[in-house]
Amino acid sequence: MHPHLDKKSEPLVCLHNIQFGYGDLPVLEDIDLHIEKGEYLGLLGPNGSGKSTLLKIILGLIVPQRGSVELFGVPLEKFKDWHKIGYIPQRASQLENTFPITVGEIINLTSKDTHQTLHTLEKVGMAKYAHHLIGELSGGQQQRVFIAKALAGNPELLLLDEPTIGIDAVSQAEFYALLENLHQSGLTIVIVSHDTEDIVREVSRIVCVNKKLVCHVTPGEFVSGNYRDILYGDDRKAIIHHHPHA
Amino acid sequence: MLDIFTYSFMIKAFIAGIVIGTIAPLIGTFLVARRFSLIADTLGHISLAGIALGLLLHINPILTALVASIATAILVDKIRQNKHISGESALAMLLSGGLALAIVLIGLAQGFNVDLLSYLFGSITTVTSFDLYLIVPLGLLIIAVVYIFYKQFLYIAFDEEGARVSGINVKILNILLMVLTATAVSLSIRIIGSLLIGALLVIPVTTASQISKSFRQSLLLSVIISLVSVIAGLFASFYLNLPAGGAIVLISLIIFAFTYISKLK
Repeated sequence: MHPHLDKKSEPLVCLHNIQFGYGDLPVLEDIDLHIEKGEYLGLLGPNGSGKSTLLKIILGLIVPQRGSVELFGVPLEKFKDWHKIGYIPQRASQLENTFPITVGEIINLTSKDTHQTLHTLEKVGMAKYAHHLIGELSGGQQQRVFIAKALAGNPELLLLDEPTIGIDAVSQAEFYALLENLHQSGLTIVIVSHDTEDIVREVSRIVCVNKKLVCHVTPGEFVSGNYRDILYGDDRKAIIHHHPHA
Repeated sequence: MLDIFTYSFMIKAFIAGIVIGTIAPLIGTFLVARRFSLIADTLGHISLAGIALGLLLHINPILTALVASIATAILVDKIRQNKHISGESALAMLLSGGLALAIVLIGLAQGFNVDLLSYLFGSITTVTSFDLYLIVPLGLLIIAVVYIFYKQFLYIAFDEEGARVSGINVKILNILLMVLTATAVSLSIRIIGSLLIGALLVIPVTTASQISKSFRQSLLLSVIISLVSVIAGLFASFYLNLPAGGAIVLISLIIFAFTYISKLK
């Protein structure tokens, strides 16, 4: 267990009986999930499995048809401490370079002052790019900037939606090393991905979603339990949910 | 003193032009960043319907244009939230609808006249003192609102979802930006004309973004380019007897062409 994982504390995220669909098409059904402080959680599932939708439900960007969401012990409808949450949306790193905004201006959107902006950029190794236009940077560099933007508000929970899409292998390795450092410093991280290979190596727990919650296991259990085939293969079947709070 | 400034109508035109030349790119910068610049043309056409209504009812046409475009701007925002119709289609329908309504109202008012043509293409002789009482305070109000909500507008333009997650009331600020756009468009009609107003919200912004090194610089540069275009256009309109709107837009396009070509080299 990670040193920052405190069983007695309130989970940062509580999802209860979440259901969401478009018309008659179900996207998510009966999702119960708790995310504890200090976790480094990988949210896995094939394309169209509803994992990004689940992340948006956590953030209040999508309202579920049924079920409830609690953030830091507070019902989502009453939650006000949004500075505690950092979010990096999907395809953030594939920004078109027609938007004339500098790295510093992006971080200023969430930071209190210039000092904090520079400090946050230093944290992700991008301080020297503060005056560069974001469109001039590589995908990997842009992703570091978006992490800095998310960190500038001093969040306790960082949510990332498919952050490594379109980023080369070297930049991906650097990116995961950065996330690991942030996790070691106490940040709770949830990373959504359809790529199991890297995630299994990096995270402390794995949640598999394919409309329903397929599993909530450690990376070791994920590999030994053959969940990858179950999740991505044709022989998907009902799996007992190992969630500690279930 | 240049003889141009001995005419009170030209002084009024310059005062209105400077305010319009400032607020149009100020709002346009956020619209272009959000790929929503067609809204300016749509509201320009809706404003024309408002103007026709004003002429028909003998009410100051800028007032009726203001009411019509603000109401439409709020409607556009509602439609944008409705996932069944794309924002682009909604704008195209409202643009045509606004023009159709204007033509019907003009028909009811028994035909075109010179006054109406000045609203289509802009005129330097039609700015009244009453117009200035509307344009100057509302223009200053737009500048103040953009100054106060600059960070929030930028955040929404850059990353709307992120802005929402950070606790910004995106819904209210989207409506506010739409209302500001509607106001800027309606106020600009006297000088630029309803058919050309979209250009003043877009061309200086696009030109500035070619050479800017930051968003703030792009905003300031677009205002400078717009003011140069408006002032030069008003001079051209006076001395060469050209329609003001056409002259202003052509000058802004020439500046864009020079910028674009110089960047290619």
